[in-house]
Amino acid sequence: MRFAILSFPGSNCEYDLLHAITDVMGETGELVSYKGGSLNEFDAVLIPGGFSYGDYLRGGAIARFSPIITELIKFARTGKPIVGICNGFQILTEAGLLPGTLLTNKTAKFICKPVKLQVQNNQTMFTSEYQFGEEIELPIAHGEGNYFCDATTLKELEENNQIAFKYAENPNGSVDDIAGIVSKSGNVLGMMPHPERAVEELLGSTDGIRLFKSMIENVMSRGIVYD
Amino acid sequence: MIKQAVSPQEIKDRKLYANMGLTDHEYDLIANQVLKRKPNYTEIGLYSGMWSEHCSYKNSKPVLKKFYSKSSRVVQGPGEGAGIIDIGDGKGIVFKAESHNHPSAVEPFQGATTGVGGILRDIFSMGAQPIACLDSLRFGEIKNQNDSYFISQIVAGISAYGNCIGVPTVGGDVAFDDAYSKNPLVNVMCVGLMDLDKIKVGKAAGVGNSIIYVGASTGRDGINGASFASSQFDSEHESQRSAVQVGDPFTEKLVMDACLEVINNHPDALVGIQDMGAAGLVSSSAEMGSKAGGNGMTLDLDLVPQRESGMTPFEIMLSESQERMLLCVRAGHEQEILDVFDDFGVQAAVIGHVTEGSNYKLIHHGEVVADVPVDSLASDAPVYHRESQVPDRLLHASNEQFDPQVKDLEATTNKMLAQPTIASKHSIYETYDTQVQTNTVVAPGSDAAVLRVRGTNKALAMTTDVNGRYLYLDPRVGGQMAVAEAARNVVASGGLPVGITDCLNFGNPEKPDQFYELDQAVMGMTDACKLFDTPVISGNVSLNNEFDGQAIYPTPMVGMVGLIEKLEYITTQDFKGTDDLIYIVGKTGNDFNGSEIQKMLTGKVSGKLFDFNLDTEFSNQNKVRTAIEAGTVQSAHDLAEGGLMVGLLESGFGHEVGFDVTVNLTASQMFAETQSRFVVSVSKKQQSAFEKIMGNAATLVGQTTSDGMVNITTSDNQLKLSIKDAKKTWKGALECQMK
Repeated sequence: MRFAILSFPGSNCEYDLLHAITDVMGETGELVSYKGGSLNEFDAVLIPGGFSYGDYLRGGAIARFSPIITELIKFARTGKPIVGICNGFQILTEAGLLPGTLLTNKTAKFICKPVKLQVQNNQTMFTSEYQFGEEIELPIAHGEGNYFCDATTLKELEENNQIAFKYAENPNGSVDDIAGIVSKSGNVLGMMPHPERAVEELLGSTDGIRLFKSMIENVMSRGIVYD
Repeated sequence: MIKQAVSPQEIKDRKLYANMGLTDHEYDLIANQVLKRKPNYTEIGLYSGMWSEHCSYKNSKPVLKKFYSKSSRVVQGPGEGAGIIDIGDGKGIVFKAESHNHPSAVEPFQGATTGVGGILRDIFSMGAQPIACLDSLRFGEIKNQNDSYFISQIVAGISAYGNCIGVPTVGGDVAFDDAYSKNPLVNVMCVGLMDLDKIKVGKAAGVGNSIIYVGASTGRDGINGASFASSQFDSEHESQRSAVQVGDPFTEKLVMDACLEVINNHPDALVGIQDMGAAGLVSSSAEMGSKAGGNGMTLDLDLVPQRESGMTPFEIMLSESQERMLLCVRAGHEQEILDVFDDFGVQAAVIGHVTEGSNYKLIHHGEVVADVPVDSLASDAPVYHRESQVPDRLLHASNEQFDPQVKDLEATTNKMLAQPTIASKHSIYETYDTQVQTNTVVAPGSDAAVLRVRGTNKALAMTTDVNGRYLYLDPRVGGQMAVAEAARNVVASGGLPVGITDCLNFGNPEKPDQFYELDQAVMGMTDACKLFDTPVISGNVSLNNEFDGQAIYPTPMVGMVGLIEKLEYITTQDFKGTDDLIYIVGKTGNDFNGSEIQKMLTGKVSGKLFDFNLDTEFSNQNKVRTAIEAGTVQSAHDLAEGGLMVGLLESGFGHEVGFDVTVNLTASQMFAETQSRFVVSVSKKQQSAFEKIMGNAATLVGQTTSDGMVNITTSDNQLKLSIKDAKKTWKGALECQMK
């Protein structure tokens, strides 16, 4: 499976994703510059964590004006999977591909530590390898991971089963303990925890593997047909 | 600000050079011997920066020469941006430490950020990818909200810079003592990894080759910061914020990525590269010319990117604006290099050339504003052999060891766990991204951080250590202990110590008793480095750490890197499960002077430092490493501050494993800080193999249990507490005091 890994000035997890996709998962991964270019040839797009443009404004607020975002929006319409991790999640909300926004953590501090998550929905193309309600452990590393949306949006998220992961112990103040959501159409996932940091036993956890495996299974083996 | 209009005669008559930190003697040297004329304002500015302690090491050079800095693994020793050690497989590790004490004292957040930024540039200028940072911090006791705000700001600065640039902050150490209350220590170490065939050094060679300026524009920030960092503080001059710079990690990330692209993929075009650190443009350019054998150089200051108008040559040359690099590029290849930077969105400009002869010449608005021999700036600064005298407190120190008299063992233990120096530092290190780059095998919280080396079966252990209290009581032995403790941490993590970097944080070297501390500490460190074969490959000197004439404890931070030959050797300090045997490696004595318990019970440290035997230390370390490599060890933990009691409990905290231990020691001795000791746990089936390796160096004292209770029986007391409760005390103490 061919993964595009977007890279913005200030991204710093693109090589970690590349390592996870190519060295650990044995798939094809390519870095794609924020400057643009076609995403047509790819089966999935991953948006890495980091501090695009230094995050001096609001996480993802400047990156969303990059040329590649136009391509990303086109790609989203094809129904192929897109995952935004951490800063990638922020970029997806800023770009309007996911509802809500990411506010500063309630502690006002950056937090890096492993956290427990509950798989809230295992019916998505990103979570089908997990059990419903299963507790998994992934690391977080963010200063603006406090997911916020208004009550109407939250209700919609719940009704459409768009909440993918919830924190077992909310570290950042996110509304309804939300750690990751999918788009209404189901093919865009945004999450603050880093699955790419949990793909090797040596580094402490392999719970992230099944996220990538779910994507591969759903796209390649089950032959999902795109619009 | 004095303007350029000041004449050379006025500089001499009004002794304006003195404001910049130059002495009468140094002025005479410049005017009468080097130039044989009176220097103008720009020139005297150049000398003030270059002849500061920060750039010239004029007071410390004779001492630094005593360091042991060669081993079969050393590829690059002191003198470059950072040192390099060969770890096999064609790879080298590059590391260095830097202090940002003075800037952090007046502007904690930015002082800390620029410390991180500066050390990163030293590492990637060698051609290495920075893979980890560690921070060694010393603060005063937390007495009020101002203190905790100050500490929070330093930590936030470190976190902001490292997290943004994507280099994991994986370790370090933090300690608290009133000795640092007005003069905190903010030391940062960076470790990089490189392919040894890609080494770059900071030299400007080849007549006609171009000098290219890269990165952020030059502004009026941090002007004469090097001289500022080389002066003392007092209450009248507490706010010298103009000498502090502002960090911009986003720009630095772009500069770093672009420089590594040039180094890796344009090696034929690049002659040399160096960061613009202390004394900014003048130090980077003059040093690059000097290192190439005294090459001449002409710079046109009008071509230097400037973010403010009307900057004088003095300001342009002495500015310490951050995120800037200087390159020497082969003639004809300029556009190729400028294009790379353009592609990364980084500013770059040709600002001068390497010239015939050996003169360092600056042009501003078409006029020559400085013309001096390049070596006189960079390598021929005066060197002072300072007077040394044993401090009074050492002459009259009592030989008797402090006797703690521990009656209520539980209360003493709980109080000890809550001491800020002992308590968990998780509230600090959880604000650092410890995992970006996905190489961190052992994150903060164990004896040393461990990172795997991709493409090999090897890993690196890294740590920073020093206990200033020990050096205060005996600079030489304390210096030995600093290196020994770092090595112990590396060994406990499964590594072989291979080299160190240091930040020598001391007082005023012009005071004989403080010079004595520096000189003795370095000799002590050298004693240990020779025995452990851990050469000093880089470092930094931070003198004049005084406030109102009161110096800090002598605090030579040791940053050590160890090589873990196989991933299987990686070891952590946590007890892994129930029914493992617990051993103490090393003997415990009545060693309390300078200890945490002496400080806790009396409010200060005093007396003669307890004895220390380097050979025993080395022998115990080698045995533990052998036992680890033989696969007989479940966990290993270095014993340091707080002694055996703290070491045992810390081993239990990780997985909340309780234990039963019986020792032939008094309750007081549970807190003794005798060196050369470890707590090691061993599975029962490895018992005989382990004991065979250790011989009489290890004593079996008990085993881990399943009920989560800690039971310790001493010769005169008993302790029973739940590991969960003890952990709660230890884990919450610092956060609680910071509120």
